[in-house]
Amino acid sequence: MKTIEDIEKIRKAKREELDLRINTSADTREKHILVCRGTGCTSSKSPKIIENFRRIIEEKNIKNVRVIQTGCFGLCAKGPIVIIRPEETFYAHVKPEDCEEIIQSHICEGKKVERLLCKDIDGSVVDKLDDLTFYKKQKRIALKNCGVIDPEDIDEYIAFDGYKALEKVLTQMTPDEVIDVVSKSGLRGRGGAGFPTGKKWSFAKMEEGKEKYIICNADEGDPGAFMDRSILEGDPNCVIEAMAIAGYAIGANQGYIYVRAEYPIAVQRLKIAIKQAREYGLLGENIFGTGFKFDVDIRLGAGAFVCGEETALLESVEGKRGQPRVKPPYPASKGLFAKPTVINNVETLANITKIILNGAEWYASIGTEKSKGTKVFALGGNVNNVGLVEVPMGTTLREIVYDIGGGIPNGREFKAAQTGGPSGGCIPVQHLDTPIDYESLSSIGSMMGSGGLIVMDDSKCMVDIARFYLDFTVSESCGKCTPCRIGTKRMLEILTRMCEGKAEQDDIYKLETLANNIKNASVCGLGQTAPNPVLSTLKYFKEEYEEHVSDKKCRAGHCKELCDIKIDPQKCKGCGLCKRNCPVNAISGEVKNPHVIDQSKCIKCGTCVDKCPFKAISK
Amino acid sequence: MVNLKIDGKEISVEEGTTILEAARQNGIDIPTLCFLKDINEVGDCRMCIVEVEGRRGFATSCIQKVEEGMNVSTTSNAVIEARKTVLDLILSNHHRDCLTCNRNGNCELQAIAEKLHVDNVQFEGEKTQKPIDDKSPSIVRDANKCILCRRCVSTCKKVQEIGAIDCVNRGFESCISTSYDSSLNDVNCTFCGQCIEACPTAALREKENIQDVWRKIRDKEAYVVVQTAPAVRVALGEEFGMPIGTNVTGKMVTALKRIGFDKVFDTNTGADLTIMEEANEFIERLKNNGVLPMITSCSPGWVRFAEQNFPENMEHLSSCKSPHQMFGAIIKSYFAEKYNVPKEKICTVSVMPCVAKKYECTRPEMEVDGIRDVDYVITTRELAKMIKQANINFVDLEDTNFDQPMGEASGAGAIFGTTGGVMEAAVRTAVDTLEGKSIDKVEYKEVRGEKGIKEAVLNVAGKEIKIAVASGLANARKIMEQIKEGKSPYHFIEIMACPGGCVMGGGQPIKNSKTRATVDVAQLRKNAIYTIDEKSTIRKSHENPVMKQLYEEFLEKPGSHIAHKYLHVSK
Repeated sequence: MKTIEDIEKIRKAKREELDLRINTSADTREKHILVCRGTGCTSSKSPKIIENFRRIIEEKNIKNVRVIQTGCFGLCAKGPIVIIRPEETFYAHVKPEDCEEIIQSHICEGKKVERLLCKDIDGSVVDKLDDLTFYKKQKRIALKNCGVIDPEDIDEYIAFDGYKALEKVLTQMTPDEVIDVVSKSGLRGRGGAGFPTGKKWSFAKMEEGKEKYIICNADEGDPGAFMDRSILEGDPNCVIEAMAIAGYAIGANQGYIYVRAEYPIAVQRLKIAIKQAREYGLLGENIFGTGFKFDVDIRLGAGAFVCGEETALLESVEGKRGQPRVKPPYPASKGLFAKPTVINNVETLANITKIILNGAEWYASIGTEKSKGTKVFALGGNVNNVGLVEVPMGTTLREIVYDIGGGIPNGREFKAAQTGGPSGGCIPVQHLDTPIDYESLSSIGSMMGSGGLIVMDDSKCMVDIARFYLDFTVSESCGKCTPCRIGTKRMLEILTRMCEGKAEQDDIYKLETLANNIKNASVCGLGQTAPNPVLSTLKYFKEEYEEHVSDKKCRAGHCKELCDIKIDPQKCKGCGLCKRNCPVNAISGEVKNPHVIDQSKCIKCGTCVDKCPFKAISK
Repeated sequence: MVNLKIDGKEISVEEGTTILEAARQNGIDIPTLCFLKDINEVGDCRMCIVEVEGRRGFATSCIQKVEEGMNVSTTSNAVIEARKTVLDLILSNHHRDCLTCNRNGNCELQAIAEKLHVDNVQFEGEKTQKPIDDKSPSIVRDANKCILCRRCVSTCKKVQEIGAIDCVNRGFESCISTSYDSSLNDVNCTFCGQCIEACPTAALREKENIQDVWRKIRDKEAYVVVQTAPAVRVALGEEFGMPIGTNVTGKMVTALKRIGFDKVFDTNTGADLTIMEEANEFIERLKNNGVLPMITSCSPGWVRFAEQNFPENMEHLSSCKSPHQMFGAIIKSYFAEKYNVPKEKICTVSVMPCVAKKYECTRPEMEVDGIRDVDYVITTRELAKMIKQANINFVDLEDTNFDQPMGEASGAGAIFGTTGGVMEAAVRTAVDTLEGKSIDKVEYKEVRGEKGIKEAVLNVAGKEIKIAVASGLANARKIMEQIKEGKSPYHFIEIMACPGGCVMGGGQPIKNSKTRATVDVAQLRKNAIYTIDEKSTIRKSHENPVMKQLYEEFLEKPGSHIAHKYLHVSK
């Protein structure tokens, strides 16, 4: 077990050693080769890259160079990513076979490997990480350590103020003072609903009883969202430390991290972090000699989306079928095993240590009036820079899509951005300049959700998008309450009819009726928000629904049953490219004469549209 | 007291009352489907939603407790529209063959559709299509009629602590099933039938034998003898709109004769016979250091439970067959010979408050020399259906007595129909036997009442005898765990599978959720049974002249070789 002094000693020594990680002008002869070991880069062979670097360094007997695995850098589209510190050189799309060249050229000869340097949207070569437009508007609080430290080494976490916040609360603050700081910071739950974290803690603190629990909700389930995974993979200790702080604040001695089993790297790193924290006495009995006792265990989720709903999560932790409880009572009064329980999302917890160390005022100075701090978004879809971004609340959608995301690829137009996953809605172009926070998003028919942000260009059919999300909800509904179990299924049936050109005139009315009543009558958040993708698309893209129903047309040309592919005889030069590429031989015509498509054979795959060099074929 | 407003009405109710209870106490009838008081309070169906002023979303009135100053609307436009949509959705996935349904006229879903005035189903779509499980002799499971309310699941898990069924799969594919989707016949189901009593629709129902019985009655060659269990007569009237707890013995006998049974006998007489044998078996075990505690074996759900869960403790169970099985064996032997009816031509039918009895009569050991003791078991509900089919105006029937020579029964036989009854009846006989004289005390109120486990200590012939009575399988498990650990303090135990005993059996008239929440059905039926006992001239089984005659002419004495052949199962 380590004392406060021991930890401080580790911190000082390690901080000095790791100065080059955050200081480009660090006075050192050392170099650190940081290789992303987040899920994305790992799946594109970053472990092999690490192995190669280490082998080559050993073979060449190079001194003063270390290869470090880190968590996610955020710019997943450029992975696998290698950063060389202190100079902060950013190599993108690195392959295991590139390692030799990087070592030889960059490390041994001091010449950057030009062909591997990351390029910005405009094609310019980026010398340093921070020069990328992707990073310029970001503010990293929750992701502060991601991509900086080795998540499997607690000493590196300690070096960057790790466990300093826990030390501070245990030695200098009362539980009420801790709650007060969190309340004043304005931090709200990052899992989606945005409930004030301080308030949640104070409710649980007020409850009688010695047995209370802290649960970290790491059951991230929105399609495309991976901010929680990245935090756990890149900085697991910051979550564990925050749980201990929450435990101290409400009077709990046990925490559980409920994490999906599909996140094996996150689970592994959490296990290592918990083990190391226990060895240092940062978890367990009498932490820092203050008499405070707190421990954390992991509970694996089996992948049911509904288990991200806090009461379903509680059922699952208790070993029961994951389905929600009717609220009230709320978990703060009757939670895990009917004891007062605080359930916080990973990203929420990732803000805690920084708030404790920098103060409530500092945190409250970031963001908008009602939404403080930053929010991490998983930016995806039709956008140039796909990845994880952390921006202050109040940043506009336009800034995220165009400045950070680098705009829409292939010269297409922005059509909508989907936030909040299956619980959220689609935001159309007229709301691009809305500053994003909890209130503004819900006022325009969407919601913050856990932070999925999917950009859609004009090739997307909004009816089909709604159908996609309903399809997800239908398969993830737990089946407990009627409106969600049967209602979402009926909505999906109607949307499928629309996309297949079989809709009847009153289907839009039926869809709206179902949506409004499911929203009102469902037991839990899943059902209550499941109609949002439909309601928001109905609000902003109603004409597309009407076209699907009345005209049997899909303006985006996405719904196959609703579009005919036609060759414009004026434009067709009779080159025969379309005919040769048609997989079902539906195109006929003589060379140098206009070709025609046999609609009875055409499967509307669109290959001919893409192949035609004269743009003579359209949907 | 808490003051609140429901639908504009100022009311005051006790703290801890739910909005639903508060509304009902004040004449406001909020519809419910999944709600089953104290058993299934989960808020799944969403029928009972109400609007509470100032609160986001609807409140679940069956769970939500009243709060001071609450302003509740059960009929706001939003609530009515949502409730109607929810019902529409349930109906859209329901096989709406009401006219030919087992629960036609006694279905909670049908009643709500009528109450909410559903005139069409708007949101039609894919329907659940599952095979019907009718492999067991007792219970049919039809997922196509299931509305996923989970009343059966909670009953099986929380009341009986069996857990034979639970929800499997997710979303629209969710359904109530067994482990590995096996038949109820092949899992740990005890056939107690409490799930049927809990089911608001016909997703769970008894395996009917009505047609089998009609066929036999119409068969000129067959000599069809019917017997009726003690608990049937105090519940049958409910199926004809009579008050709960009405004793309709006379009308029932008349109806059975009108239906065309050749003889109508009383299982109470069989119960007296069970007491003769069981009391004797107990005394023998007591005197000869036999295995104690001895446990009654009249309840086939309980016996199946014991076999499945405590196979190593089966020697504690009495070797006696249950009353109707004993009586069936006597009808096909003693009665057949005495009245010169060829035993192969006799068909014995038992009317029982129980679905496990259907299974019991098929058990291999329930026969003598290849002749089955009982051929068919029908439930109280099935008898009511037969009476209706036979164009009988039940309510106006005159009374008739059971047929002789075996129509005589004691009050001890009558109380078999309620928890504690078998024990009380056995004690009446055992005490007289041990004391060697007729004791004045007849009623043993310490074994009556609704407690799940009742205990008493009797001082008989200088000996202290500890007895216990348990009803409901959760309580049975507690008793058996004690025995398994060698810590059971008792000499004699009565166990019934159904909570409250046979009056609340799985074959009895089904009471809807509201009745169950507001009326003590068990108590009313029990009262009727105890009244029958009180009014009986003979209140001890061994004083029944039929018993005396039966032993003199046929069975020799309790526990004799011939008694064992007909009335006991060999172990």
